[in-house]
Amino acid sequence: MTAVAAHDHHDDHHHAPHGLKRWLFSTNHKDIGTLYLWFSFAMFMVGGLMALVIRAELMYPGMQVVDPEFFNQMTTVHGLIMVFGAVMPATVGLANWMIPLMIGAPDMALPRMNNWSFWILPFAFTILIGSVLMSAFAEGNPSAPNFGWTFYAPLSTTYGPASTDLFILSVHMMGISSIMGAINVIVTVLNMRAPGMTLMKMPLFVWTWLITAFLLVAVMPVLAGAVTMMLTDRHFGTSFFDAAGGGDPVLFQHIFWFFGHPEVYIMILPSFGIVSAIIPTFARKPLFGYASMVYATASIALLSFVVWAHHMFTVGMPLAGMLFFMYMTMLISVPTGVKVFNWVATMWRGSITFELPMKWALAFVILFTCGGLSGLMLAITPADFQYHDTYFVVAHFHYVLVSGAIFSIFAAAYYWLPKWSGVMPNTFLGELHFWNSLLSVNLLFFPMHFVGLAGMPRRYADYALQFADYNWWISIGAFWFGISQLIFVAVCVLCAMKKGEKAPASPWEGAEGLEWTVPSPAPFHTFDTPPVVK
Amino acid sequence: MSEVNDLQQRNTRILRKLVFGAVCMFGFAFAMVPIYNVLCEVTGLNGKTNSSAASSANLELDEDRMITVQFVTRSGQGMAWDFFPEVRSVRVHPGEITQVNFKVKNPTDKQIVGQAIPSVTPGLAATHLLKTQCFCFDNQTLAGGGEADMPMIFYLDPALPKHITTITLSYTLFDVTERVTVNDNTLAVR
Repeated sequence: MTAVAAHDHHDDHHHAPHGLKRWLFSTNHKDIGTLYLWFSFAMFMVGGLMALVIRAELMYPGMQVVDPEFFNQMTTVHGLIMVFGAVMPATVGLANWMIPLMIGAPDMALPRMNNWSFWILPFAFTILIGSVLMSAFAEGNPSAPNFGWTFYAPLSTTYGPASTDLFILSVHMMGISSIMGAINVIVTVLNMRAPGMTLMKMPLFVWTWLITAFLLVAVMPVLAGAVTMMLTDRHFGTSFFDAAGGGDPVLFQHIFWFFGHPEVYIMILPSFGIVSAIIPTFARKPLFGYASMVYATASIALLSFVVWAHHMFTVGMPLAGMLFFMYMTMLISVPTGVKVFNWVATMWRGSITFELPMKWALAFVILFTCGGLSGLMLAITPADFQYHDTYFVVAHFHYVLVSGAIFSIFAAAYYWLPKWSGVMPNTFLGELHFWNSLLSVNLLFFPMHFVGLAGMPRRYADYALQFADYNWWISIGAFWFGISQLIFVAVCVLCAMKKGEKAPASPWEGAEGLEWTVPSPAPFHTFDTPPVVK
Repeated sequence: MSEVNDLQQRNTRILRKLVFGAVCMFGFAFAMVPIYNVLCEVTGLNGKTNSSAASSANLELDEDRMITVQFVTRSGQGMAWDFFPEVRSVRVHPGEITQVNFKVKNPTDKQIVGQAIPSVTPGLAATHLLKTQCFCFDNQTLAGGGEADMPMIFYLDPALPKHITTITLSYTLFDVTERVTVNDNTLAVR
């Protein structure tokens, strides 16, 4: 882990801490960013392994690999790890590394809190993953969380296994970590900008993260409230979600999705910022419609608070309610459309070159739009009754999260790895990683649309025979995609070991922004004297 | 140095506001509980019917319409009672007061307290199905081996939307023995 650090040997600060202490007690935004990125990558691998267990079981109809109980644990913990362990910490890592560099600040505003918000995470996930390991390898132990990542009551309350309490503690810790990370971003962006860096001059990545941070502060406490209610329902005799005591399980879904929908934008808004940084660089044109991008991001964030019930059309709602949530959901495609339009317009008549970050960013734009379109289909209430809880939904959110959020994180990694490590990522391996991922991700998720429309329900360990061939291909895609990610391990390790072509301060021809004015790798301390932005 | 202190002060100010905001949102999660309950009472969102006796004064009878009201009963997990309605469905005019009895039997030898939770489908009809008396208003106690007829008296509000011709009233019976302290078990066997 130490090897990847952007530790600059020409730096004046020779008393930079070394060894384990450097990482445990670090208050340096670059080191903490590195920790976040490695941690999220490790979680991506663990969650991916669980996805492969799911796909191994679903490769053929009937039960082969695991029993249904364990299958349910895999779908649950896969979702939780990917959302809270892979995508969110990865974007927080990017924020830590890049926001101070982009706004010309010497560090994050609250460095000690920064350290704390990272170091909570390994413990949170040890608890969660530990519950799976204990259940899998100790005979007679209760099941690990098995109620789906959405942990609907009463599956997680009345019928929840004993390990649900570990899950609740773990979610509380993840939530506290995210809130602290978000507060740090907001304070940094509002207070630490270099002179002359007005809000409307900030790079779009900083803008999208600022808005994401506000979303996090607003909804992570709601999630904490939901799990607290679960806890008191389970152990302290309350009945928030228990019909027997006058509560209502549907209330859980409302509270959960009030958190859950803004949460999906928490995962995708930073991606919008990444792509808005990369496309202008490789199209060699300034971003088209900067102000409209900012306003579009803000309106997506605001709208995300009034669309939550589209996840639960089938619970039974008055017509007026269904229409409201349907139209509000469709309305989100307007600001999203503005963004896609602006990216395309940025490339229009640009001098485009297709370096690795640009390839990933373009794949993001196209595949994210596919995922957005299937989302629009799901927003149509009467159609949703047919699609609800089928593989069509699974296809939809994996298109926006895997080929959306995760592809953009790869784009960010290839784009900023020279700045982080001081060497260019290996182009051959990078190309191999990109093309294998691009082809396999579509083989993996595209057929899910078809089996979903044909009625294959999600979250079952088995399926009707008619879905057999498609599922075989989907599983092949899954293993292919999983193995392809090992190439990225090699890319990262090579960069961490400084093996590769040495990167100049600004390795990409068309790149603009303060982060390219500091040497590569970025010294341990940057912008001790704030730069002046004109 | 004063510049650094000034920055720290400004940082702390924003930090305080944000922490306060986060705490408020934590509270908001709990505030959603009463908000949801009020919304449900007004709209019938969750299919729940009135939980205390409704008045049946000034009732108008709408003889032009016949509505089928079906009854579904279910014992929740862990509830040992046999629970079923005397009739599976009745046909009534809106505004007509009707009594339906539900039978319960406790086949165990232990005293059990039960609570029935109603739910109406379609949800839109929930606020129009009004009960003047119901066993579901309170919890019910049965001694071991006991049996009882539990009455439910209801009428349909004539303002019931025209397109609704069938209403299903479902009761789920839960074992709430551990939740309640039973002071009075004389009413157990009637």
